[in-house]
Amino acid sequence: MRHIISILIENESGALSRVSGLFSARGYNIESLTVAPTEDASLSRMTLVTRGNDEIIEQITKQLNKLIDVVKLIDLADAPHIERELMLVKIKTNQETREEVKRMVDIFRGKIIDVTTASYVVEMTGQPSKLDAFIHGFEEDSIIEVVRSGPTGISRGEKGLHL
Amino acid sequence: MELSGGHILVQCLKDEGVEFIFGYPGGSVLHIYDAIFHQDDVKHILVRHEQGATHSADAYARATGKPGVVLVTSGPGATNAVTGIATAYMDSIPMVIISGQVPSPVIGSDAFQEVDTVGITRPCVKHNFLVKDVNDIAETIKKAFYLATTGRPGPVLVDIPKDITDPNIKVPYKYPKKISMRSYNPVVIGHKGQIKRAVEVLLAAQRPMIYSGGGVILGEGHKELTELTQMLGYPITNTLMGLGGYPATDKQFLGMLGMHGTYEANMAMHESDVILAVGARFDDRVTGKLTEFCPYAKIIHIDVDPSSISKTVRVDIPIVGEVKPVLEQMIELVKESKLKPSKPALEAWWQLIESWRSINCLDYDRGSLFIKPQFVIEQLYEVTNGDAYITSDVGQHQMYAAQYYHFDKPRRWINSGGLGTMGFGLPAAIGVKLAFPDADVACVTGEASIQMCIQELSTALQYHTPVKIINLNNRYMGMVRQWQEFSYQSRYSQSYMDTIPEFVKLAEAYGHVGIRVEKPADVRPALQEAFAMKDRTVFLDFITDRTENVYPMIEAGKGHHDMKLRVAPGTPLDRELS
Repeated sequence: MRHIISILIENESGALSRVSGLFSARGYNIESLTVAPTEDASLSRMTLVTRGNDEIIEQITKQLNKLIDVVKLIDLADAPHIERELMLVKIKTNQETREEVKRMVDIFRGKIIDVTTASYVVEMTGQPSKLDAFIHGFEEDSIIEVVRSGPTGISRGEKGLHL
Repeated sequence: MELSGGHILVQCLKDEGVEFIFGYPGGSVLHIYDAIFHQDDVKHILVRHEQGATHSADAYARATGKPGVVLVTSGPGATNAVTGIATAYMDSIPMVIISGQVPSPVIGSDAFQEVDTVGITRPCVKHNFLVKDVNDIAETIKKAFYLATTGRPGPVLVDIPKDITDPNIKVPYKYPKKISMRSYNPVVIGHKGQIKRAVEVLLAAQRPMIYSGGGVILGEGHKELTELTQMLGYPITNTLMGLGGYPATDKQFLGMLGMHGTYEANMAMHESDVILAVGARFDDRVTGKLTEFCPYAKIIHIDVDPSSISKTVRVDIPIVGEVKPVLEQMIELVKESKLKPSKPALEAWWQLIESWRSINCLDYDRGSLFIKPQFVIEQLYEVTNGDAYITSDVGQHQMYAAQYYHFDKPRRWINSGGLGTMGFGLPAAIGVKLAFPDADVACVTGEASIQMCIQELSTALQYHTPVKIINLNNRYMGMVRQWQEFSYQSRYSQSYMDTIPEFVKLAEAYGHVGIRVEKPADVRPALQEAFAMKDRTVFLDFITDRTENVYPMIEAGKGHHDMKLRVAPGTPLDRELS
């Protein structure tokens, strides 16, 4: 099962390596990891996507909680939540394909944020599956570069992950 | 009061009530050592290798319950300490390690004696800090002691760059009285509902078993454990780390369990229907094959660390909390409960256990012409009236000590259980002797292990820590040889050393007494002679039967009921090494 673990962690140097080190030391896998400071500069918010059966996920959350720098965490997959990922894609274009690419971008509600005679840079957010679908809509050799942030997420409803 | 960083650090240790620092000086800690020079309250113990410092501090903590303190320099000082830090981490021993670091401005430039100490130690400490400002020293040290000693204890490292202890930079000093951390709130008392459920299940058991570990020792829960166990009349076993948590000479005690546990303890675990695990972590050396572990039992598990619960074995009733208050809560509920343990069921259960016990699985050939290692430990037990502090190294001798020295009190059995660190025993004995100068302290070791930290014999002389070294010398790395005998058709690959030093001369060279013992009849007199020399460190070199193996044994990948015993019924006890 895929799980999205959202972590509030002290914004200290080395905090990120404590988390990533834990995963490598205990043989858990990380599909993606995003991290940035929150509105409270002393805290960072980390979103970590991992896979495992219930026992493994239970151990992962316990081991994360055991890290002294971890203040709080939740498994977003436990309840309704919103998940978004940012993607930047550089796509080859020419006179013939420009219109078609633009239509695709519109269908996926992306934005073209850089244009040259031979390329577009497209910005797109959404569920990871939507971003996958967009990429699959192109011939492989027309994609110059793909940059993805990895998913980040928030729970639905009025409750939030804070101190 | 304005002080420099070095003086602040030493003052913090004083204010924390630290008695000893085990350390070794070097470039990046010179300012700190100068501050140490100016005072007498905190006594510095100069070891001969940083690994020795960590083991001595660790054993001091194990014996006293107070945190051990280590001071090492940057680079090799810190890397040499890593083995000892990992040893303490695996056994949850409270320890504070202060390491020097190269000056802040040159961190990251591959400066002389620079390593990323915080990075290297991260996986084997409870937490670590890099101090970046002299104003942060006091609070960081307070946090380090707080973290090391609360919740599930463990080593905490504080890395201090040299410029932070600069004698020319002075700042106001105040040691915080209390500290709280928003990200760290260990649970103390257990969940009432869970404890109630646990007591109900425990009282309804037909074939109950109590299995307790190092958490009982660390959490000072031995009195409560003993009270509860005796109140219920249930059988109890201890892990290697838990020995002394319940009096070993009591009839309800079935001995140690696990790979080299007794037949009765392992069989009782296997057949049990309710297991109460107290401060134990279901280590692989205890469980054997996981799919065959306690197949009929409901498991209740008390542990202060939530991540220990259901880590390897699925637990039915988890109770997160400190062992002592949880056991107190349980005792109250058992007293109040109308339900009582079933007498007929318990009688039948004890009958079965006695039948396992009657196999006498720890028996060995007492008529041998060679010194049997088990015999040495039995004699050691008698000569010290069972009241010595026993430290050990790692291997066969460690198992013999655990099996044949009966620990009635907690904190008397000091060994590296989790990491299995050879070289632990001698520096550990020194640490214990410093804490309890009037007590008998013996280090049970082997000719391979002792050589891993033998240089600490010099420390023992300098600080006058007269310990007794019980060297079970079988001219083999015994445990390695045993596995090679069982699993590799006796191909003794590199488990033998053909240049073993003359330990008597070696002991004498270090300024101690050495005694070589070759005959069984000389074992007891030699021990008596050694312990009579109250103010001398004595190295007893016992030349033991080199064919002897540790039994019983659960070989890797087997269950508790599938044990290798010393002999099949009807065969003689003695046997030749193939």
